[in-house]
Amino acid sequence: MFDDLRDLYQEVILDHGRRPRNFRRLENATHHARGDNPLCGDKMDLWLAFGDDGAIADAAFQGRGCAISMASASLMTETVRGKSPTQARQLGEAFRQLAMTGRCPACEAVLAEDMERLSPLSGVHEFPSRVKCATLAWHTLNNALDDSGQEARSE
Amino acid sequence: MDGMTRTPFDVDAIRADFPILASEHRGRKLVFLDSGASAQKPRQVIQAMVRCMESAYANVHRGAYHLSEQATADYEAARAAVARFINAPSEADIIITANSTMAMNLVAHSFGRGVLKPGQAVVASEMEHHANLVPWQMLRDGHGTELRICRITDAGELDLDHLAELLADGRVGLVAVTHMSNVLGTVTPAAQIARMAHEAGAKVLFDGSQAAVHRRVDVQAIDADFYAFTGHKLYGPTGIGVLYAKAALQRAMPPFMGGGDMIASVGLHHSVWAEPPAKFEAGTPPIIEAIGLHEAIRYVEAIGMPAIEAHERALVDHAMAVLPGIEGLRILGAAQDRGGVFAFALDNAHSHDLSTLLDRAGIAVRAGRHCAEPLHERLGAENGTCRASFGLYTTAGEIDFLAEALTSARRFFA
Ligand SMILES: Cc1ncc(COP(=O)(O)O)c(C=O)c1O
Repeated sequence: MFDDLRDLYQEVILDHGRRPRNFRRLENATHHARGDNPLCGDKMDLWLAFGDDGAIADAAFQGRGCAISMASASLMTETVRGKSPTQARQLGEAFRQLAMTGRCPACEAVLAEDMERLSPLSGVHEFPSRVKCATLAWHTLNNALDDSGQEARSE
Repeated sequence: MDGMTRTPFDVDAIRADFPILASEHRGRKLVFLDSGASAQKPRQVIQAMVRCMESAYANVHRGAYHLSEQATADYEAARAAVARFINAPSEADIIITANSTMAMNLVAHSFGRGVLKPGQAVVASEMEHHANLVPWQMLRDGHGTELRICRITDAGELDLDHLAELLADGRVGLVAVTHMSNVLGTVTPAAQIARMAHEAGAKVLFDGSQAAVHRRVDVQAIDADFYAFTGHKLYGPTGIGVLYAKAALQRAMPPFMGGGDMIASVGLHHSVWAEPPAKFEAGTPPIIEAIGLHEAIRYVEAIGMPAIEAHERALVDHAMAVLPGIEGLRILGAAQDRGGVFAFALDNAHSHDLSTLLDRAGIAVRAGRHCAEPLHERLGAENGTCRASFGLYTTAGEIDFLAEALTSARRFFA
């Protein structure tokens, strides 16, 4: 009955939705933010730990939400590792474009490989009410990057 | 149908009155199971509103010309129809609002701040819509009333023993509870609740947003002090709601909003309020919407509320026979007396993923927490639920189709 929805719910999404990677609290986090989607009740905590080189050494999250928001957060924690804050924000911008339009023609070659890993989520662009599920993790990432390191900020 | 009583209940003829039900969405027939959020509109309502704008429209209570007098008479006729619909003693007991949210806020403001004393308490329940919870939180924070929350049982019924405990110290000034839960479908024993409240010296407000659509409501029989409902769930337009308030209470209450229509005379520094209910209707009211609501009431009354209730009861029985057989499906609540509203969750799918699938099958259900966040926490459904809600045009075939889609959805996520 739902075969045409396999574009949205690709195996990667279902897999990361069921068994999200990096789903834990980061004890040595330097940055934290809480993401909240009051309309759906999705909630997540995102932690980042920066290395001495100024890049993200580790990223982890905990929370609850639909398969798409969990999978998106899971894939994000995998892709932002080793990125500088600027690179991570760039990636987030490119991802938002992908989620909203299904394409990212402007993505520079440097992002191509990361965008490839995130591309299973591009199907959400056909479901306007679900785009925010996919982008919640990336909004939360921006807030975490803004975090002074003192106190958690919520949306 | 045009005013004739239609017996027996002919669901096909009723469906033919609703243009949207014949429409297709992405090549599929619409299976609309979200009437609890807002109901679809019959042709009769649509046409009455168009007729009003084409031939009988002017502002009300203001002009001394014929058209305005006619519009005023039509508007007041709608108020009278509402009064008859819920068996209010007089049309003066009917305050027209924008929706039931505004009706509840009107009570919280005018009765809450104007009549209740700081230190008195308001009782709401764990299964309230946010519209009948947040105003009482605001009243507590701004006026110093206490807010007490009546528990529900695991079956999703109001815990009347707990209500008795909450009323025992005599400090409760208002019991504000739902007459039918928008999540669990539970119909609450209104007459009994009112009796308990009155014996404890409290007034009682029922949020009838759902109940008024599915049952015959008699505000005198249940002895409600306040009763709120909303037009758009009753097959009428958006932008109009109703607050029934006993006349003596209306007199004791200060106005809600200030402006035109709610005054008898105005000076630069002081004004004199109009008599109720005008006192509570500041500004140009929802005139076209009142015409639409009047027609919607005519529509359901021609079918007959008892016939609608019987049809929906049969649908509930059918759903209760079919849905529990689906593996992994949890239905929230198991109230003895329930109307055509079901919240459910699949063990392997989040409510939003599930609603995306159902939408693909052409089935419109609501997903999330249905403006009842505390209730979802209480029932351990933090991931939200999907909710199917029935209207007078819902068929048993649509419920079967829902069951089929749920079975496929569970396989999809397996
Ligand atoms: C039980 C209940 N109360 C209140 C409301 C609020 O209705 P409205 O949004 O029309 O004010 C609703 C509908 O959403 C409801 O189901």
